[in-house]
Amino acid sequence: MMQRASAAVLALCVAVHLATIIYAVQDGLTAAEILGRTRGSAAWFAFYSLFVLAATIHAPIGLRAALGEWLGWRGRSRDFALLIFAMLIAWMGMHAVVAVFA
Amino acid sequence: MLPDSTLQVRVWRSDPGNGAVGAFQEFEVPRYPSQTVLDVVTHIQRALDPTLAYRFACRVGMCGSCAMTVNGVPRWTCRTHVDKVLEKNQITIGPLRNLPVIRDLVTDMREFFDKWARAKGQFRGAATRKDDFAKVSPLSESRKQVDAGIECIGCAVCYSACDVVAWNRDYLGPAALNRAWTLLRDQRDSARLERLRAVAGDAGCHSCHTHMSCTERCPKGISPTAGIAGLKQEIARAVLHGVL
Repeated sequence: MMQRASAAVLALCVAVHLATIIYAVQDGLTAAEILGRTRGSAAWFAFYSLFVLAATIHAPIGLRAALGEWLGWRGRSRDFALLIFAMLIAWMGMHAVVAVFA
Repeated sequence: MLPDSTLQVRVWRSDPGNGAVGAFQEFEVPRYPSQTVLDVVTHIQRALDPTLAYRFACRVGMCGSCAMTVNGVPRWTCRTHVDKVLEKNQITIGPLRNLPVIRDLVTDMREFFDKWARAKGQFRGAATRKDDFAKVSPLSESRKQVDAGIECIGCAVCYSACDVVAWNRDYLGPAALNRAWTLLRDQRDSARLERLRAVAGDAGCHSCHTHMSCTERCPKGISPTAGIAGLKQEIARAVLHGVL
């Protein structure tokens, strides 16, 4: 269920993300120009934080199924490893969000 | 009837007392027009090697007992013409995949039926003999969905074809989930929540990757994939309504 819910959020986030990028790169774009638009934007900060949250939920659940099916890995150790993986995604994601939008 | 020629047959033979290990044994079998793979297995057992163990019953494509793996594909052997599957004058016959082997071509089907039970594959109505008959229109949307999946005879061809069953030993499998679907959509059913809970976990419908091997191989033309998709939707609906 969480997988479906997070998938729905991700579908939306990815669509908005791609549309924004395609729109923004018309007529070329520099890093300075990007950061000029994104830094200090509370709305974009919130949007991309939601994106990170959805990815943090979705990726480990999917990986859990794949690890079980391909490596036969089950039980507590798998869930623990995936918790670490989730925390890694959350950290990397928010690190990027803060760098670009804070 | 004179044989047209002969064909080469490789048949799985398990070690005595240990169905899990074995090897393929080669036989040369006379070829006949309209010969089925079951005819071939029967000939081997009667004329060449009486120690070969295999299952069959009706031999006319109704019971599903003769299901085996033919050239890597699970099929009803009585309904498989040799000329349809022959590869370079050879066929390879083995027991159904994903089930423990008792001996040679015979598998232990207990886990298949245990999973059926775990998916709550039993009808549970709320009416008694004092109530009037249930009026079930065959034209209603839900009945059409039930009818599309109701003809399953539990032959385990779909279970054998399913990759997820091979990769995830807990996965309930296409037949059990298909049956759960037909019961869920039965307007007389009184166990909706129990059924949804039974098929909603790790071992349930969400593990289906929609490969559709079950639908491709089902000898009755059932689409367990469609039933499983239906289960996924029903569960989503139940969660959104706060009942699950």
